[in-house]
Amino acid sequence: MTATVTPPAGNAADAVGAPRRRTTGDGDRRRGLVLNLFAIVLGLGIWWALALAGLTIPTPPQVAEKAGQLWSSGLLQKDIAASLARVLTGFLLGTLVAIPVGFLMGWYPIARGLIEPWIQFFRTIPPLAIIPLAIVLMGIDETPKIFVIFLAAFLVCVISTFQGVVDVDRTLINAARVLGAGDGRIFLRVVVPASTPFILVGMRVGLGSAWATLVAAELIAAQQGLGYRMQNAQLYYDLPTIFVGLISIGILGLLMDRVLLFTERRLTGWQERR
Amino acid sequence: MTTVQDPAAKISVRAVRKVFPLGGQEFVALGGVDLDIGDNEFVTVVGPSGCGKSTLMNILAGLETPTSGLALVDGREVDGPGPERGVIFQQYALFPWLTVRKNVEFGLSTAGVPKKERRERADHFIRMVGLEEFADALPKMLSGGMKQRCAIARAYAVNPSILLMDEPFGALDALTRVRLQEQLLTTWSMERRTVVFITHDVDEAVFLANRVVVMAARPGRIYDVVDVDLPYPRTEELRLSPEFTELRNRIWRSVYHQEAGRPAASTPSTTTA
Repeated sequence: MTATVTPPAGNAADAVGAPRRRTTGDGDRRRGLVLNLFAIVLGLGIWWALALAGLTIPTPPQVAEKAGQLWSSGLLQKDIAASLARVLTGFLLGTLVAIPVGFLMGWYPIARGLIEPWIQFFRTIPPLAIIPLAIVLMGIDETPKIFVIFLAAFLVCVISTFQGVVDVDRTLINAARVLGAGDGRIFLRVVVPASTPFILVGMRVGLGSAWATLVAAELIAAQQGLGYRMQNAQLYYDLPTIFVGLISIGILGLLMDRVLLFTERRLTGWQERR
Repeated sequence: MTTVQDPAAKISVRAVRKVFPLGGQEFVALGGVDLDIGDNEFVTVVGPSGCGKSTLMNILAGLETPTSGLALVDGREVDGPGPERGVIFQQYALFPWLTVRKNVEFGLSTAGVPKKERRERADHFIRMVGLEEFADALPKMLSGGMKQRCAIARAYAVNPSILLMDEPFGALDALTRVRLQEQLLTTWSMERRTVVFITHDVDEAVFLANRVVVMAARPGRIYDVVDVDLPYPRTEELRLSPEFTELRNRIWRSVYHQEAGRPAASTPSTTTA
């Protein structure tokens, strides 16, 4: 019997203990990184040029200087900590509730029939539009901010989990059944792993959505946080601080996304892609 | 068209009908099928698409229930899947997140076999299909033929007395298919089981079987049953022998030139290899 091994394109490095190692050269990756770096430098250059050309924006050094000031005063760290705490709390609560609810909807048609209309309804309302209601009902402390972020993450993740469960290959379920598995085992050993890729994609999109809701959530009478700092800076026409806030949000969002992407690769490297 | 039940039959199908609703109408997938299969017999079922051969297999596997009629295994009515019936699917149906070994162990851990024994038994069947070098590989690293060999090992591992195979080699290239056919016969000669093998390939049907069941479509029914009195082990040369060719031609005509209205063959007696 000829052992014809088909290496999956691109992500062979994910396969732990696989008989064939990645064949795509490291050269491709290095070239990609060089291009990325070039794009960043180019972007910064254009920004700088626009600032010098008279556009009313601060130059990169001015922003860097402001970031240094905010950092040494400890304000930036406090803001980042406050924002991260809100995003992560809302996001984790959102996914923690979304995953079981999504499974319930995918597994039991009754649950789906009862829950789906509400999910679809709330999905059409931007989480930001809930803010006025949240303030009236929950006051102006942390609760409404976290609630709005929670809602944003929950709605994205629940749909994705549900879809993942519904899309589980029937043949795999049949294969488990003929191997003697009952409903409970099929759920834990087939449905859960098979829908993991969907859940993780849902989490990534949910995190993006939570992060996007942050600034608006921090408009609600916050005392600290990146969104609050930017709002505050707006009053004083403090453009460098606004830039520091924006760039921090971007970098933190990117880092969190990379962490989730890494987790996704580790957990779902078994997938046959492309 | 009921016949006296053969007490020696491992599998008995009695007047099985299966009707699916189809856009307000009814689609008769199986219109009264009777069949007896003996212990350790290797039966292939061949027929044009839409003849209900996969439906028949799903009923035997316990994945579908007949609209009327009975499917019996060891004299008991089939009620859902059971450990005595192993199933091999055309799409392999390996769990992609589990290694070859974990896939083979799946049915054993379901049955509560202790870890050490599980591993030993899994390794035995992995060796049997020649995948020992790939025991720790994920399915995505395997070719189609290797995946199907893994699926065969997985089905064998729970020690079923019956193997139900639904066009298992249908998605493979011709060369791999021939090799797997030979390997399946080798395996079967070492570990005898009752095999029901669905295929649309006449050569494959003749090469493997003690008995070929030819089905016809609209409604799905048994059209002809042909005994294959060729000795095992079967070799490459056999495929070129006049006896093989004659059987092959006969079955080919039976499959592809089914005259309308010809009555289905009556239930043949069980032949045991």
